[in-house]
Amino acid sequence: MVPLVSTVYNSFFENYRAGLMQIGPNYIGFENFKTIITNGDLPTYLQNTLIMWILGFIPQILLSLLLGAWFTDPSLRLKCQTFFKTVIYLPNLIMASAFAMLFFTLFADSGPVNSILMQIGVLSHAYKFMSHVWSVRSLVATMNCLMWFGNTTILLMAGMMGIDPSLYEAAQVDGATSTQIFYKITLPLLKPILIYVMITSLIGGLQMFDVPQVLTNGTGDPMRSSMTLIMYLNKHLFSKNYGLGGALSVFMFIITGILSLIVFKFTGKEDKDGR
Amino acid sequence: MAANTNDIAGQTSKGASVHARRLLSYLVLIIVTFLCLFWFYVLFINATRSHSELSAGFTPIPSTHFIDNWISLKNGTQPVFTGMLNSLFIAVATAALATYFSTMTAYAIHAYEFKAKKAMFTFILMVMMIPTQVTALGFLQLIGKIGLDNNAAALIVPAIASPAVFFYMKQYMDSTLPLSLIEAARIDGSGEFRTFNQIVVPLMKPAIAVQAIFSFVTSWNNYFTPALVLHDDAKKTLPILIAQLRSADFLKFDMGQVYMMIAFSIFPVILVYLIVSRQIVGGVTLGGVKG
Repeated sequence: MVPLVSTVYNSFFENYRAGLMQIGPNYIGFENFKTIITNGDLPTYLQNTLIMWILGFIPQILLSLLLGAWFTDPSLRLKCQTFFKTVIYLPNLIMASAFAMLFFTLFADSGPVNSILMQIGVLSHAYKFMSHVWSVRSLVATMNCLMWFGNTTILLMAGMMGIDPSLYEAAQVDGATSTQIFYKITLPLLKPILIYVMITSLIGGLQMFDVPQVLTNGTGDPMRSSMTLIMYLNKHLFSKNYGLGGALSVFMFIITGILSLIVFKFTGKEDKDGR
Repeated sequence: MAANTNDIAGQTSKGASVHARRLLSYLVLIIVTFLCLFWFYVLFINATRSHSELSAGFTPIPSTHFIDNWISLKNGTQPVFTGMLNSLFIAVATAALATYFSTMTAYAIHAYEFKAKKAMFTFILMVMMIPTQVTALGFLQLIGKIGLDNNAAALIVPAIASPAVFFYMKQYMDSTLPLSLIEAARIDGSGEFRTFNQIVVPLMKPAIAVQAIFSFVTSWNNYFTPALVLHDDAKKTLPILIAQLRSADFLKFDMGQVYMMIAFSIFPVILVYLIVSRQIVGGVTLGGVKG
């Protein structure tokens, strides 16, 4: 029942949007697309989005793999696992906008972070986190990383625990070191889940909105270097510039589609012999 | 014989390295824990301090102005309580609809044979890949047309179709719901809806609980769509109010109040989370095995 509803629902949207662009109040054909490509905003914002995603995703996946491997390693027998898992998952449930607001106040020119750094003598005067390109980007990436690595860790752990323990035992009997076990057994068998994590993270990354929006108050300052695609779209939707917004949506759709296809193709080979 | 000694040597060197690795992992875990909790600690401290204390610099000791900040927030210009109620209502309704109907969809795909089954599954997966933001434009136009603009229903009803929840349910069913059980119910004369409600749903309870919590949290934290849909102050949800706080010239505000408001929107979730964390963390693991 619901897929039917969702079919109608979504196909309706597609048509609607396409119709909107072409019919519109004034027919201008592909003019919107031209505008959006040629005024140079789109590539810049796409680049910003991807930079911030990569900055956040790489530490996130590394940290998650490491923690996941440690948590599931029977020879380590870590204590307080529940506590650690609870803590690392916590930031994921926090309202992104509140979290961004919190970071904004903490990293404000006269905020606690600056005052701590000045008190312990790292800085002689306040560092303006909000007016440097890379500090803003890093803040956004840090927040994304913090918010998502717990989720990733738990997903990866689940995958690791799903691996047949007899494989590990066999490897141990054969004298494999834990590094070898990790690279030769865990990683290859984990590939489907790794890919899944990557798809979702990439799509989530392209949708990055709350954090930079609230952190920079929707401007993407400094110099719009932290403006993401969705922030741009949001701007158009708010100013009721539906033409450009529609063109942008279609772009987002195509980009997401291509990326998902690439990832799917990449996993397709593994899936056949994996299942 | 030689192989034997090698084995033993391997055993002892591994024994030593286990200790080293354990130490290292604890160290990293503690750093990570610190990184996760530090911000909330600072938030808590700052929510207890008055404006003048805050501008004097940071101290790690809580102050005594928690109640004052609370009162000034309560009497402040932002309608935080209605915001919270709105958020709560929308989130609960979303969670209920999303889980129930997604389970039903997953059940349909799982248990019935019909022609377009495979195509439909692929289609739903494709829909999952489309960011909600991309369809936001059409969505806004649509709700404008049918008169749901500035109405919470516009945020709740679309939850019926939530492909991500569906996908999770489908995965979970593949591993836990044997078709023979459904057939047995049919043979015993149970109607399809009855089979679904009384046999499938109870079996799916762990998955439903997990997805309900996630839908709830997603909706609770959602900022993009509500910000575009809701215009009245009385209808706004918490994230919008936070963003408003940011766009106001906030340096003129009482900083204690600002921290209090952030704390107000963050700490309830943390509290609830701490209570049900075992189920959440366990649940993510539970369903993820097959993912």
